Amino acid sequence: MLIGTIVDGIVIDHIPAGRGMELYGYLGLDKLECEVALIKNAPSGKLGKKDILKVNEVIDLNFDLLGYIDPHITVNIIENGKRVEKRHPKLPEEIHGVIKCKNPRCITSVEQEIEHVFKLTDRENRVYRCIYCDTKAK
Amino acid sequence: MRSLIDIADLSVEEIDALIAKAEDIIANPDKYAEKCHGRKLATLFYEPSTRTRLSFESAMLELGGSVIGFSEAQSSSAAKGESVADTARVISCFADIIAMRHPKEGAPLVAAMNASIPVINAGDGGHNHPTQTLTDLLTIKREKGRLDHMTVGCCGDLKFGRTVHSLLGAMSRYEGVDFVLISPEELKVPEHVRTDILKARSVAYRETESLQEAMPDLDVLYMTRVQRERFISEADYVRLKDTYILTPDKLTTAKPDLSILHPLPRVNEISVAIDSDPRACYFRQVLNGKFIRMALILMLLEVE
Repeated sequence: MLIGTIVDGIVIDHIPAGRGMELYGYLGLDKLECEVALIKNAPSGKLGKKDILKVNEVIDLNFDLLGYIDPHITVNIIENGKRVEKRHPKLPEEIHGVIKCKNPRCITSVEQEIEHVFKLTDRENRVYRCIYCDTKAK
Repeated sequence: MRSLIDIADLSVEEIDALIAKAEDIIANPDKYAEKCHGRKLATLFYEPSTRTRLSFESAMLELGGSVIGFSEAQSSSAAKGESVADTARVISCFADIIAMRHPKEGAPLVAAMNASIPVINAGDGGHNHPTQTLTDLLTIKREKGRLDHMTVGCCGDLKFGRTVHSLLGAMSRYEGVDFVLISPEELKVPEHVRTDILKARSVAYRETESLQEAMPDLDVLYMTRVQRERFISEADYVRLKDTYILTPDKLTTAKPDLSILHPLPRVNEISVAIDSDPRACYFRQVLNGKFIRMALILMLLEVE
């Protein structure tokens, strides 16, 4: 499968297989005018299968969000057709305004202006809980 | 400026200091009679709660302060659609401290994030009720003389009972406390309490369906109500409901210095015949609630 070479842009690699489309939505890539490619189920030495996102423009990324999806994701910054930087997101302590609390008893379910915030409560098992009602993020 | 939203916001040392302050208030009430003169407590109760609201109000009055507020959402600006955040900002202009009860989980935290005065969570749905836990701890301390090295039995609805979860969290921070969790299969403590509190802190505990089997081991018995609507099967409810009603015959094997607690309101889970037993602490527990709230108001208002 051939995807055009990126001149200036980013490649988000080692996305867990099946989560590329979710990340595409979270990062708002559907709103970009530039070329964007989502490669699903690419072969991976480490993971067996992985998803990859290629964006033909350098954009600001929410690294907390990437770390939440998976801290093993790699972000390659491409300039003039060459990789100039490789970055790894960290597991964030808090996630703001991305994932939504689904608990109907949570105050966020009735007051739309409140920012949804999740806090890391178990690093080993990557468990995040809503700061308002302690419901686990799914 | 501090608020109290979750009992876990307080360190063990702070809890001990609050209990010591409450005991000093009990011993020397005159010393505290004017400590909050000129200060106002706003009780923002979006759902009815006679006992907790009156406990907060009497606590402030006994400190020489005064009280404003509302006791149901319909008589507040919430009925007009005002957000909790805006209400907290507005009330900050009128009062020195807020006690808030709200049916939605996390509402007091939202208030605390927006108020410029301390906020006390007076119960947010089935989530947190830290002053009930402080009340329970003061009661155990006063009845037993200590908060460590004892066996605490929690009986009834351990799945939905927020007071039990908070008590397990708070008591498990003291040395040598082990738990007997007495409930029907349907109402056992949820997995997150088991992993986040009991297993994470290597707390000794055992689970049983039989109150009578557990009784001889207990230093404290914390009773809660088993509600019909919690059961999937009506047959199971009928089979089990009487098992968790405390009657004098079930106390025959209990220790002579057992302390029986209940967060109240009681429906029928403790027979009125128990009320005259010196081991029944639940009405003394209510009184302790006022004293610990007095201590908490002093702490949050930074009054010595």
